[in-house]
Amino acid sequence: MEHTSLLERILRGIALTLVVIFFMFPIVWIFMMSFQTNETILRIPPQLIFEPTLANYTALITGKLMTAAGTLDIAFMRNLGNSVFLSVTSVAVSLLLGVPAAYAFARHKFRGSEDIAFTLLSFKFAPALLVLLPLTLYFQKLGLANTYIGLIWVYQLICLPLILWIVRGYFEDIPADIEYAYRIGGHSWFATFRKIALPLAGPGIAAAGLLAFIFAWNNFVFALVLASADKQPVTVGALAFITSSGIQYGQISAAIVLSITPTLALALYAQRYLVEGLSLGAVKG
Amino acid sequence: MASLELKNIVKRYKSQTVLDNLSLTVADGETLVLFGPSGAGKTVLLRLVAGVIDPDEGKIFIGGDDMTDVDAEFRGVGMAFQNFALFPHMSAFDNIATPLEAKRSSQGAIKAGVESVAKLLKIAHVLSHKPRALSNGQKQRTALARALVGSPPLLLLDDPLRNVDAKLRFEMRLELPRLLADRGATVVYVTQDYKEAMALGDRIAVMSQGVIRQLGTPEQIYREPANIEIARLFGDPTINLLDVKPARDTRGIYVGLSNVQVHLAGAYETAVGRDCVIGLRPEALSFVEEGIPGAIPVTVEAETPLNEKIVTLVRTVRGREILVSRPAGTLGRSEGKAHIAVDGKSALLFDHASGDRIGSKNVVALRNGEAA
Repeated sequence: MEHTSLLERILRGIALTLVVIFFMFPIVWIFMMSFQTNETILRIPPQLIFEPTLANYTALITGKLMTAAGTLDIAFMRNLGNSVFLSVTSVAVSLLLGVPAAYAFARHKFRGSEDIAFTLLSFKFAPALLVLLPLTLYFQKLGLANTYIGLIWVYQLICLPLILWIVRGYFEDIPADIEYAYRIGGHSWFATFRKIALPLAGPGIAAAGLLAFIFAWNNFVFALVLASADKQPVTVGALAFITSSGIQYGQISAAIVLSITPTLALALYAQRYLVEGLSLGAVKG
Repeated sequence: MASLELKNIVKRYKSQTVLDNLSLTVADGETLVLFGPSGAGKTVLLRLVAGVIDPDEGKIFIGGDDMTDVDAEFRGVGMAFQNFALFPHMSAFDNIATPLEAKRSSQGAIKAGVESVAKLLKIAHVLSHKPRALSNGQKQRTALARALVGSPPLLLLDDPLRNVDAKLRFEMRLELPRLLADRGATVVYVTQDYKEAMALGDRIAVMSQGVIRQLGTPEQIYREPANIEIARLFGDPTINLLDVKPARDTRGIYVGLSNVQVHLAGAYETAVGRDCVIGLRPEALSFVEEGIPGAIPVTVEAETPLNEKIVTLVRTVRGREILVSRPAGTLGRSEGKAHIAVDGKSALLFDHASGDRIGSKNVVALRNGEAA
């Protein structure tokens, strides 16, 4: 065991506290704002003590936004549902396509395999806005604009490269001998993939899936351009709170709290996998 | 019935030729040891036979059937890997059971098969453990059990004792021959340890740089090594190698060691006048009294008593260092001046330039054949 003096421990505690405060402050502040009305939020100087109200959450859940100019319909809960549906489906499709592809790239070096893998990665380099204009035109021609299928397809640009590259690193980490041993034992390559490679790369696949989910969830620009109100996720839906009678800070905060809750919960739950997956992917990628 | 025959196997990785036109036959029930330094191509050869990599040229026959293009799972061989290659997410039992599962054996048959082989290898008490919880020795036995459980007619063992401690290696070296003989399987065994090779092999194939340099019984390899390299690899302590130039007198062919003429027994006519290297096994040297014909004066530099033998480092008057080995409990010198005698019959003579052994009938025949 490493010995640390008392002073060292105190200093380390202070440093850690500062870091935590620095990173947690916005989230805590938003969390507090979500229980205040616009008037209390905009008071100067800001006050830590206030009378909490659930009005913001009620407005979001019932879909009726009370503003100075009157009642406004908002589709926040529908946006939230869209977000869940789009992210989950996109990640599922990506896993279905990406994991076998990652295995192929990891285990079979064929002519041009590196190039194909890199091309897939390069999808992440292109600025989304650059891709969007031609994509919008194509999608309108194909009838994919403003459809879930179209959105899920475009979301593959976000999810697939991520899953492919992280999971590939995991597959490469499995000693080939382990798979050889299973095949020599009399099992087909597919059985080897299912019974040996998949379980051993499990943590990596989970981490990659989680990361892809977070990226898909946080995506804004694809959905902004390619979907209309009823297909939009929360990221775009939050724009509705900028109303003609002012910005609804309380409702925005409540919306943020609601929309980061699923990803936050997932991330906290799978934190260990996530860190492992990221570092492994980085080293092996 | 599973003889193994390799015909003109070539394997290249990029520009590097790992196996160079290699042919080899292993008889049914025979244990062949592939011996050689790392990078000699032993493991690649084994994997080619197992079917997990494909040769660039050549054919592989197992039990007389052409298996060159047959997938690994249909070749019916058993293989143990140097790094064990256990499935980390399965218990030892499940690890061993995998070849039986592939055969779609019944649950009962699987259980019986695994338990009998586990008992044989003394790992029955750890069958429920994951590989992580096993000691190296247990891992090695689990890997071996997995290779044995399906009773494959051809067993490929890739240096299975490499990663286990010395004590276990010694035990297994004693146990394995009996175990393999009981199975009646044809075995190809890879090792870098000459003692293992000598203990286990019916025949030994000495490989280096993708070529089989010598193929023979352990006795042949030891007594008649094809070249200096092989002579050096087999034997502990290492063979003494001294530069000599053989000459002839009325009593036959001799070499001069510290101005003493040592007569050689053997067909060394071709060696007269050539630059040669004489190989003297440390156990072919003995301490003798001064004045005995052929006694070479030396100075004892150091003595290393091992359990069963004593190894002495001596220096000749010309300053060359020689190792002398004698059984523990026999007389010798531990310091100061001494004399040693050479057993001329067991001396080996090598050509200095090529390193090939001189005088072996095989080698001579081969040379003549090449010349013709």
